[in-house]
Amino acid sequence: MKRALGWLIAIPLLLAACGGQQAAQTGQPVEVTRIVEVTRVVEVTPAGGSAPAQPAATPAPAPAAPAGFGETLKAIQARGRLICGVNSQVPGFGFVDSAGAFSGFDIDYCKALAAAIFNDVSKIEYRPLTAEQRFAALQSGEIDVLIRNTTWTLTRDTDNGGNFVATTFYDGQGIMVPKASNITKLEDLSGATICVQKGTTTELNLADQMAARNLPYTPAVFEDANSTFAAYAEERCDAVTTDKSGLVSRRSVLPNPDDHVILDITLSKEPLGPMVRQGDDQWFDIVQWTVFVTFAAEEFGITSQNVDQLKETDTRPEVRRLLGADPNVDLGAKLGLSKDWAANIIRAVGNYAEIYDRNLGPNTKTAIPRGPNSLYTQGGLLYAPPFR
Amino acid sequence: MEAPPRSPSPLRLSRAFWRDERFIQIAVQILFLALVIWLGSVALRNMFTSLRQQGLALGFDFLNSGAGFDISDALIAYSSSDTFARALQVGLLNTILVSLLGIVLATILGIVVGVARLSSNWLVNRMAWVFVEIMRNVPLLVLLVFIYTAFFLKLPRARQAVSVGPVYLSNRGVAVPWGEPTDTWSLYVSILAGALVTGVLVGFAMRWWQERSGRPRPLVWPPLLTIAVIAAVGWIALPQPPLTLSYPEIAGFNFQGGRVLSPEFMALLIGLVIYTAGFIGEVVRAGIQAVPKGQVEAARALGLNPARTLRLVVFPQALRLIIPPITNQYLNLTKNSTLAVAIGYPDLFAVSGTIINQTGRAVEMIAVVMAVYLMLSLLTSLIMNWYNRRVRLVER
Repeated sequence: MKRALGWLIAIPLLLAACGGQQAAQTGQPVEVTRIVEVTRVVEVTPAGGSAPAQPAATPAPAPAAPAGFGETLKAIQARGRLICGVNSQVPGFGFVDSAGAFSGFDIDYCKALAAAIFNDVSKIEYRPLTAEQRFAALQSGEIDVLIRNTTWTLTRDTDNGGNFVATTFYDGQGIMVPKASNITKLEDLSGATICVQKGTTTELNLADQMAARNLPYTPAVFEDANSTFAAYAEERCDAVTTDKSGLVSRRSVLPNPDDHVILDITLSKEPLGPMVRQGDDQWFDIVQWTVFVTFAAEEFGITSQNVDQLKETDTRPEVRRLLGADPNVDLGAKLGLSKDWAANIIRAVGNYAEIYDRNLGPNTKTAIPRGPNSLYTQGGLLYAPPFR
Repeated sequence: MEAPPRSPSPLRLSRAFWRDERFIQIAVQILFLALVIWLGSVALRNMFTSLRQQGLALGFDFLNSGAGFDISDALIAYSSSDTFARALQVGLLNTILVSLLGIVLATILGIVVGVARLSSNWLVNRMAWVFVEIMRNVPLLVLLVFIYTAFFLKLPRARQAVSVGPVYLSNRGVAVPWGEPTDTWSLYVSILAGALVTGVLVGFAMRWWQERSGRPRPLVWPPLLTIAVIAAVGWIALPQPPLTLSYPEIAGFNFQGGRVLSPEFMALLIGLVIYTAGFIGEVVRAGIQAVPKGQVEAARALGLNPARTLRLVVFPQALRLIIPPITNQYLNLTKNSTLAVAIGYPDLFAVSGTIINQTGRAVEMIAVVMAVYLMLSLLTSLIMNWYNRRVRLVER
């Protein structure tokens, strides 16, 4: 039995080892940082009195050492492609069509990143992930960036070993019911069965909201979006809940979309955006400023159509800096990218409005009013810091 | 092949020590152990390094923080304000419930199938054969998803539920009448325990009587009758019946009263039972066929009737062959219950998956889950090995 227990412990470690290999191989700079930290500790101790000033040969619990700065970009360039963790089941955000091609709002941000790094949107490997797999995939280094309608929360920013970079879509949790049920408010759902996807913030919000109103309900929890909505379509449950954007998008693929209504209630704030691993600040900046490029491009009226023309003709200084037209300023170099990185992004996927309209605009099946996802100049929440 | 050992001579003793067989044996073992330790330490170091780089620390304190999510099939009181540890207990109890029920039902069905495979009735024989072949050749996951989506989800809506007597079938699950305990329930439980003890005592008494008289005495029904009589008398004698039956009725969205067995639970249980029964059936058939024909003939020659031949001669011998492989099937069933995650039944593995997602503590949770399944498997093996020792041939 003891022997078996030994094996039991060894196996997860081996698994972790496979994932952590990359991190361990490049351990050199980490060592250096740790020694710096320790000497500081030694300097402080004599102030306390009689601590012997001995070199710290065995550093006690070392503080979290940052994984090497710039490692992720280097790895991506060496590999020749970006590995993007995405959703494959939410039309409009991340969806695989019958031909196996990925499309959607989140997918376009993967493309924007590939354009910034390689100026080639085909150099992406999409990794479809379930809600449950996504953080482990990011932690272990299986993916470079997670762009999969993931809600920004404090716990996820800390315990999950990742960092959210920016909000690309401001969402809120909604509830969809069959029109025939005549349900209009949350109280009508007392005693109902509600389908929800496992391991999501919506699962927690639902529990919170129902508990706050003292409403009994039965959750029916499913592994991924497909099985959640399949169960709802079979009326395994009386209602289904997820982000409103997800409801709109999934309603479009239900057998009779018009038979279902999304209630006019919002259970939560759901800021969705890309997430990167903790530790590599350069990569964090690249992803963050790639998002900001799309905001700024809309603000400045730069589109995928006119980007090359504006690069030549525009006289606004910030636009010239952004597009790499100013001979004296190279913003791309500060991120470890080429000078025309921003122009490449805009040429490949367009500005925020273009990305939005392509996937969620009025002419798509998954039309969602822009609402808070408008520029700050139009009363929305999208705001890019200065490109300077 | 080695040359036959020669008689040790003083000359041979001077052989170099690394060519000494005893030395090589020990050295290889030490080398292997060192390799294992080295691999383990590399893995461990690697894990700690990468965890540190991500600013993560190991620990189990998070289990005491609030879970925040609800679980549908909870056997113990649970709400979203309980802790992660409590949520894990809910999952564990679900796993144990489905495993225990699964093992009992799969054994019964498996024995029926195994005996049917040996039936001289062509139809029964062929039907059992088709059942076994389907179960053994379809992946369990496919079977589970099929039972769940193609059967349980396709059942009528709750309002149009099919009623089979007091039982309602709908895609909300199977609603069955259920006993609601009343004030006298706890007293009745102790009466039942007393009945069980008396029944066992009666069984021993009958056996003693059989051995003393040297003539066959009924061994099975007297103890059962004793238990039944005491249970019935207790039920009637109590001022208030210990259980009142509540029948399911459609009210609002779901059923009120009775007990609703969720479609996820039913699909998982049925899937596990029929899948495992296919394998157990073959084990049982093989065990019975392995008993030499001469044993049966000898029993008949001694004047035992066919039922006694099966019970006293064939089955005890078959059991010895059946127990070890059937233990494997029990372990498989328990482990296969983790496939519950595919159809949304909150077993231990499914709940731990949610916890990993909410807390990011993958390493800790996987370790916990593995330890728990190991414990369950070891417990099952322990019980089955004990039973195996009891039935195995006593060599003198």
